Amino acid sequence: MSTAPKQEANPELVARFPEIHPPLTQVSALTEANRCLYCFDAPCIAACPTHIDVPRFIKKIAQGNLRGSALTILDANILGASCARVCPVDVLCEGACVMHRYNKQPIEIGLLQRHAMDAFLANGATIELESTETRQGRVACIGAGPASLAFAAELRRRGYGVTIFDSRPLPGGLNTYGVAEYKLRASDSLREIEMIRGMGVEFQFGERIESEEQLGRLEKEFDYVFLGIGLGVMRELQIPGCELAGVVDALKFIADYKTGGRLSVGKRVIVVGAGNTAIDAARAALRLGAEEVQMLYRRDEASISAFQFEYEYAKAEGVKFHWWTQPVAVLASEDGRKIRGIRCVRVESVGNGELKNVLGSEWDTACDMVIPAIGQSPLLEFLQACRGVKLENGRVAVDRATGQTSNAKYFAGGDCVNGGREVVDAVADGKRTAVSVVRFLEKKHG
Amino acid sequence: MVEKKTSPDISVLFAGKIHSPNPFWLASAPPTNCGEQVMRAFDAGWGGAVWKTLGEPITNVSSRYSSIDWNGQRMMGLNNIELITDRPLAVNLREISEVKKRYPRNTLIASLMVESKREAWHTIVQQAEDAGADGLELNFGCPHGMSERGMGSAVGQVPEYTEMITAWVKEKARTPVLVKLTPNISDIRVVARAAKRGGADGLSAINTINSITGIDLDTFVPRPNVDGRSSHGGYCGPAVKPIALNLVQQVQGDADANLPLSGIGGISDWRDAVEFLLLGCSNVQVCTAVMHYGYRIVDDMCDGLANWMREKGFGKICDFQGKSLERVQEWKHLNLNYKIVARIHEETCIGCELCYTACWDGAHQCIHLDRVGEGHSGNGRHATPAERENVSRQRIAMTPIPKLDHGSLRNGGAEPYATPLARIPRVDEDECVGCNLCSLVCPVDGCITMERVDKNIAAESWEQRVANSANPARKCD
Repeated sequence: MSTAPKQEANPELVARFPEIHPPLTQVSALTEANRCLYCFDAPCIAACPTHIDVPRFIKKIAQGNLRGSALTILDANILGASCARVCPVDVLCEGACVMHRYNKQPIEIGLLQRHAMDAFLANGATIELESTETRQGRVACIGAGPASLAFAAELRRRGYGVTIFDSRPLPGGLNTYGVAEYKLRASDSLREIEMIRGMGVEFQFGERIESEEQLGRLEKEFDYVFLGIGLGVMRELQIPGCELAGVVDALKFIADYKTGGRLSVGKRVIVVGAGNTAIDAARAALRLGAEEVQMLYRRDEASISAFQFEYEYAKAEGVKFHWWTQPVAVLASEDGRKIRGIRCVRVESVGNGELKNVLGSEWDTACDMVIPAIGQSPLLEFLQACRGVKLENGRVAVDRATGQTSNAKYFAGGDCVNGGREVVDAVADGKRTAVSVVRFLEKKHG
Repeated sequence: MVEKKTSPDISVLFAGKIHSPNPFWLASAPPTNCGEQVMRAFDAGWGGAVWKTLGEPITNVSSRYSSIDWNGQRMMGLNNIELITDRPLAVNLREISEVKKRYPRNTLIASLMVESKREAWHTIVQQAEDAGADGLELNFGCPHGMSERGMGSAVGQVPEYTEMITAWVKEKARTPVLVKLTPNISDIRVVARAAKRGGADGLSAINTINSITGIDLDTFVPRPNVDGRSSHGGYCGPAVKPIALNLVQQVQGDADANLPLSGIGGISDWRDAVEFLLLGCSNVQVCTAVMHYGYRIVDDMCDGLANWMREKGFGKICDFQGKSLERVQEWKHLNLNYKIVARIHEETCIGCELCYTACWDGAHQCIHLDRVGEGHSGNGRHATPAERENVSRQRIAMTPIPKLDHGSLRNGGAEPYATPLARIPRVDEDECVGCNLCSLVCPVDGCITMERVDKNIAAESWEQRVANSANPARKCD
């Protein structure tokens, strides 16, 4: 299959998940763009993993050149539209804005980027390729997430053939399946990928590449293979009752409501964990109609891995947090088919990062859904079978500058290399790696 | 006991005859089109008004105005193709009379423009003065429309006409006569002298500047669009203030031209007004700022002026009027040995590096980013801006994720300032020519100051230097 099904936004989904950062109007975009100082060698550019020339695209907005603005963004970051929505700008470009030292609000770079990208995509996005000839050399990407998309787009710009393989029916990886809908709609992710398809990137869906034999076939057919496989399934709770039907891991829960049409949720929801994905799940549960959402975390507020602004949003929306709390069992209803509650225990730190249960501190709370969000495990099984590609701490080991793995035919980028960062990090990896692969292809084919 | 404070006196006496409670008059323009407007303006606090130019009624076009916006700010400059009053003369005269009766303490000047015939001028002068005008302003400056009919700037651009018509008016006038000068001329002093020769009691300057504000890139029609065509108009507003100040200085610095002068051109607040007064104006006239924000702006004009005068210890306007005139000299009198250099105050620098790029591309390449590490390229010269940008773009950046980073992304050493030292530019004071550019582009007030460094060097102007080199005996080296 080479054509992805087009996904229109589900109206109920749109109604339940209004955008958390609505787009700027034309007038407010102009006003904001004019606030930008146009720093030299701007810190926002340096802070962006893809080094988007922020002042340049902002000035183009101010000067009424929206197409030029969008192309400036896309030149550095082919997923500029989704990054504009999902990037944690507080710790990236906007966090680096010199306005912070001027006692002023930083420039709303994310919203301005979205302004330019939305106009571009609304006007029938087309990207002119640097090279119109098709050059000799073909590369396969495993996984259709942001790293592969960026990698493939960069190669296509330079005239090389790329095919992306993914086991799921839709492209985009976490961009389509895993980002909270109030930040990035699956339909917007797919619209952006249509633009990349328009550049001539080929897609093959529905085939999971996992065997030696499949990899051998790819190696024969393609000059190089790019691993953009991300991380693996979410870790399981591994407590009694975790197999009950009301226990749904956060990524599955998010994918179900985003692309599976499952717009129902329990009345009382427990989320286990306090990372960004946990917060996404908790806030989604509220939007889907949960009356109460509680989060359990085994350490204190200061130790959570969610960004501070995500945590603040969750608190403001009414999510309750239980610190130093660990689940010990999911409690089934009498007929054993549903969940009636969860049993928790207080824990305390005993130094060296170790925790121990506080004796006799168990408490139960009623709930009808449990969403574990305690991290993704790496795709170790696949990777260990992967033709001598070496791993380090469960991640693919690569040369940082080229993205090349210990097997010269394999390159890698994104979460499987960096352990799980942001979309923009995956795009940066993909692009950087593509530039080095081009050098290898040029050497090989001339 | 409470000490009685006396407020500074901001009233003015123009040309020895016209009393005004403050120096702020409305210029002859749409804000002074009718009596109802002028009365509301006086209620708001305007000291005077120059009535929209009287003459034979004309027909105006629509549209009439266009403007230049700048970086999100509206109406930095305004352009109009409106002509003189389009109301019957009798109506205007009746309203002038009524306003003057109800507001005897405010100044009312009639702006006049009729065809270049002695009788026509005598008639209109008589009519305006009979209506009660405190003075007359001869509109020899309107640059559009009326000039095609031999009036307005068509008169003001020819010194002989200016002198002749001024003299005709003076034959009849009992009140002070001001001649309003056009800036659309190569040397404004020539016409000012002609007006003085003709017997004018005062001048007003400047009228609007010929302009085409812009062209619609979709329709290809310049603005303002009148059914697919446009015409050059008169430019005014904040954009023209520097031009107006220069022309005011030229007139005031010329003994054959200078007369009591009513300053006009982009005055938007009390500070602008003070600048015109410092160059010798007796009062000022305002239009665009009122067209933008309404009559209410006069409140802060009076208040700001009085507060500034109190702060500076000036009791009356004449205490500082013309104070800056002697500070404007020909270039040849400027001290060549005066030397200043830029100093960057690190503690307020925000690291935008605008001074750096401005100095490299627009000035003298003497601001560098070499406080930390790679300030030099391999061969010992300073790295160019492009080289610096290249280094930055090659760096690999990642989203900081504490769980994954284990502190490895943080740089160890404590920074002395809020801005990383590597981003704070350094001035090479030996190379700095003291041009001011960096301090002009710096967005932070007071972050870059220009400091004097020429201690113990006697002043020498270009004129003196030329004289000294022509007469080497006087040289002492």
